[in-house]
Amino acid sequence: METVTAIVFYVLAGAAVAAALVMITQKSPIGSAFALIVVLCSLSAIYGLLGSPFIAALQIVVYAGAVMVLFLFVIMLLNVRSEEPGPSRGGPLGLTALGLCALLLAQVASVLLRARIDVVASYDASSARVAQELFSPRFLYAFEATSVLILAALVGAIALAKKEL
Amino acid sequence: MSSLSDLQFELIATVVKVAVLIGSLLGIFSGMTYVERRVLAFMQFRLGPNRTGPFGLLQPVADGIKLFFKEEVMPEGANALAFYAAPLLSVVAALMAIAVVPYGPPFSLFGRTLQLQIANVDVGVLYIFAITSLGVYGVVLAGWAANSKYSLLGGLRSSAQMFSYELSLGMSWVGVIMIAGSFRMNDIVDHQAGWFFRHWNLVLQFPAFVIYFIAATAEVSRTPFDLPEGEAELVAGFHTEYSSMKFALIQMAEYINMITVAVLCTNLFLGGWHSGLPGILPESHPIFGFVYFTVKVAALLFVFIWLRGTLPRFRYDQLMDFGWKRLIPVAALNILVTAGLLAFRG
Repeated sequence: METVTAIVFYVLAGAAVAAALVMITQKSPIGSAFALIVVLCSLSAIYGLLGSPFIAALQIVVYAGAVMVLFLFVIMLLNVRSEEPGPSRGGPLGLTALGLCALLLAQVASVLLRARIDVVASYDASSARVAQELFSPRFLYAFEATSVLILAALVGAIALAKKEL
Repeated sequence: MSSLSDLQFELIATVVKVAVLIGSLLGIFSGMTYVERRVLAFMQFRLGPNRTGPFGLLQPVADGIKLFFKEEVMPEGANALAFYAAPLLSVVAALMAIAVVPYGPPFSLFGRTLQLQIANVDVGVLYIFAITSLGVYGVVLAGWAANSKYSLLGGLRSSAQMFSYELSLGMSWVGVIMIAGSFRMNDIVDHQAGWFFRHWNLVLQFPAFVIYFIAATAEVSRTPFDLPEGEAELVAGFHTEYSSMKFALIQMAEYINMITVAVLCTNLFLGGWHSGLPGILPESHPIFGFVYFTVKVAALLFVFIWLRGTLPRFRYDQLMDFGWKRLIPVAALNILVTAGLLAFRG
C-alpha cells in the first residue's frame, strides 16, 4: 500500500512541477492559465493523498473552480495577446535577473536541505494552533516576508494595469 | 471466496463497479438521445425517428456509426492541443462527478457488504461541487480553441451562465447538508428514510428543491437555459466547429451531466433509494431500492425533456437578472431560515 501511495505521490508531484514549468515558460496567457489549473488540481490530489479530502475539495472549489474561471474571463474578455519576443536578453538587466535567480535557488536549496520531513505526521492543525504558530518567533519573519511579497505583487498588478495613474 | 483478502476484494469490486457504471452511462446516453427525440416529437405532434429498426430503436446505433465515419474537421488557426483536449475534459469531469453517489442500499455478496457506489467519500457533496466547477473548463476551452467568433461567444456565455448558477446550485445544498449534519451522500440519503415522505428533503427543503432544479437546468444548459447553443444567434455555441466523434463526446458529456444532476436531485431531495413507504414495500431489499432510485431518476430525466418541449429560451440579460437577483437571495434566505429553525429546535 505504501509503495502505491508513493508512486501516486511522485506522479502527482511530477505533474504539478511540470505544469508549473509550462505555466511560466508558456507565451500564450490562456495556456498559462490552463497549466496553472493543472498545478492546482495536482496539489488538490496530493492533499487528498495526505488524508485531507476537505482541503482537497476546497482547493478545487475555490482556486480551480472560482478564481481560475475569473482569470480566464479576464484573459478572454480583454483579448490578451501572446507575448511578443522581448528585447535582447543580455545586458545589465539580464545579469541582475540571473543573479536574483541564483539567490532564489540558493535560498530554496538551503531550506530544502535543512527541512525536517517528519513534521507533518503528528501535527495538530486546528486553525487556532496554526495562527499561534504563524505569529510565534519561529515563523514570524517568513510570515511577514510573505505579506510584503503579496503587497508588492498587488502594487505591481495595479502599476501594470493602470498605465496612467 | 474466502481466499481473497479484503484489499483484493475491494479492488476487484471497485474495478467491476467502475466498468459497469461507465458502460451503463454510455448505454443510457445513447438511449437518451433516442428517447429525447421521440418524446419531443410526440409533444409536437410529430413521429420522430421511427425508420431504423423497430420503432426506430436502432437510431442511436445508426447515429454512432455515422459519426464514426464523418470527416474530422479542425478549423485553420485552431489550437490543436486545446481543441482535442476540450471534449475529453468535459467527458472526464462528467464521469468523475457521478463516482460518489449511491445508487441503492448496501447488500451482501459472498459474505461481504457491498456499496452500490464507487467511493463513499466523507465530503461527497463538496467533491461533486468541485468536479462540476471543473466542467466549465471543457466548455471554455472548446469555445476558445476553435478560433471562431461563434465558438468564443458561445464559450463565454456558457461559462458566465455556469458560473452564475453554480452559486445558487451550491447554496441550495447547504440546507440539506445542515439537516443531515453531514457532507456524506449516504448519510444524507439515510436521513430521508421514514414514513410518508415526511423526511424527504423535497418536503423539508422545498424552496431549496425549486432553486436546485432551476439552477441545475441552467448548469447543464438545458432549455430554457440553453443560451450557449442559441442556434438563432450563435449557430451552435461553443461546439460550432466540432465534428465527428468529438461532437459525439461533447454531446455525451452534456447527457451525462444531465444524468448526474438527476441522480443528485434524487439523492439530495427525493430520498435516494427510499420509497417513503417503508414496511409495505421492502426498500432495504437491494433490488427494490435500486428500482425506486431508477424510477425517480427516469422521471426527472423525463421532466428535462418535457421542459425542452414546453418552454421558450431566456434572453441573456433576463438569465443573468434571474440568477443573481432572484435565485441567490432566495437561496440565502432559505439557508438563514433553515439555520434559524435548526438552532431554535436545538
